[in-house]
Amino acid sequence: MKLFGYKRNNNSVGFRNHFLVVPTVICATRTAQEIVNHVDGAVLLDNQHGCNHMKQDHEKVFDVLIGMASNPNVAGVLYIGLGCETIPTKQIAEQAKKTNKPVECLIIQEEGGTLQTAQKGIRLLEKMIRDIGSFEKTEVDFSDVIVAIECGGSDTTSGIASNPVVGYVADKIIDLGGTVVFSETTEIIGAEHLLAKRAINNEVAQKLLALVNKCEKSALAGGEDIRGVNPTPGNIQGGLTTLEEKSLGAIYKAGTKTIVDVLDYAKPITEKGLIFMDSPGHDVESVTGMVSGGAQIIIFTTGRGTPTGCPIAPVIKVCANPRTYQKMSDNIDFDASTVIEGKETISQAGERLFNELVEVINGKKTKTEILKHHEFAIYLTQPTL
Amino acid sequence: MDAIVFSKKDNVATAIKNLSKDQEVLVNFENTTLKIKLNHDIPFGHKFAIKDIKKESEVFKYGEPIGIATQDIKTGDYVHVHNVSGKRGVRRYTT
Repeated sequence: MKLFGYKRNNNSVGFRNHFLVVPTVICATRTAQEIVNHVDGAVLLDNQHGCNHMKQDHEKVFDVLIGMASNPNVAGVLYIGLGCETIPTKQIAEQAKKTNKPVECLIIQEEGGTLQTAQKGIRLLEKMIRDIGSFEKTEVDFSDVIVAIECGGSDTTSGIASNPVVGYVADKIIDLGGTVVFSETTEIIGAEHLLAKRAINNEVAQKLLALVNKCEKSALAGGEDIRGVNPTPGNIQGGLTTLEEKSLGAIYKAGTKTIVDVLDYAKPITEKGLIFMDSPGHDVESVTGMVSGGAQIIIFTTGRGTPTGCPIAPVIKVCANPRTYQKMSDNIDFDASTVIEGKETISQAGERLFNELVEVINGKKTKTEILKHHEFAIYLTQPTL
Repeated sequence: MDAIVFSKKDNVATAIKNLSKDQEVLVNFENTTLKIKLNHDIPFGHKFAIKDIKKESEVFKYGEPIGIATQDIKTGDYVHVHNVSGKRGVRRYTT
């Protein structure tokens, strides 16, 4: 099965062409939205942060604003800053230019307000798109593919069927030379011993276990037992009883391969194979981290049903709950309830999902893309000052 | 089939349809089919015991412990947050 993608100047491969408008601070989002409204192909990164962060959060915001722009699905970037915020817009733009893609930067206080900045931004993007000219897809290899695996709104069907089906696909991607990244540190609690056994070496195993410990400790320091929010009320209604049960079902989605690397949130994915990234169970924040790391496509399992997407990457929604699939068919791309109903085995459904993945890679739009589900959120852990 | 068991270690099954109290349900288990009479209604996706589980012993699903029984659980009983607590912490919701 052949794959076709867009080769970027830095040798990365994109499967979509987005022109990303990034307000580096919340105060610039209205202006950025105005630009996006007038330019076909432009997408807004709806950033609600960018000022008065403490050190760790400052780094996360910094990494995400560069990482999302560096993602190979992005053809060009326009940063919009206000001018007095703590996130250094021009420095971020300079960093993003290292990807060799067109990057522009405007500062609202220097341009003279919303209207003048918007007008200039529209012209800059128009020129950027014209200068790039036509896009041609070329045949690419599976080693160019990074798939993020996510789950959200889980119920018991996630662990019984949709996660194992996705796990089958994850294994297949890695066998073909590709990369799979999964995350959600809170949702491996109770199953981390099984994942640590699959680490490529002791260092990777220890890093994974350290992330789980840190996650539990930081929640306790905030006065909250981490299990105070997990499983969620929806999980419980769906039949999940404990966090351990949720975690054991959740890790099926990462397949069975060796874990070759453990990354901090939103850091670049550099290894091939199966990778774990630190993130919260909050699915939008988690997807944002993995896409900032370089993932071009997301496979997302859900039992309760969730509409969320990503501004720059297609999200393939997989559901194995027949009732949810019926009720949420506007939002779900792939029906894995066949497994629950005994009509397909895990591997048969897995092959079907793999074919869907290839079609999406090659341009078939997912429901999140068609409905413009462009949710974006950054995982912050410190108070904003 | 009415419910799924993942491992021979498991002492609970997951319903894959809505099941009713007093119903005799079929569960594939260790190459045999168990017939279990339910003591409660079991909604789709929820669990019931396929063995007696003593108070404070482990509840197994996927061949791994998912928590501790907070009371004696009889074969055919509904198994959920009312009689199981996570070992790594407790969610204090009631249903």
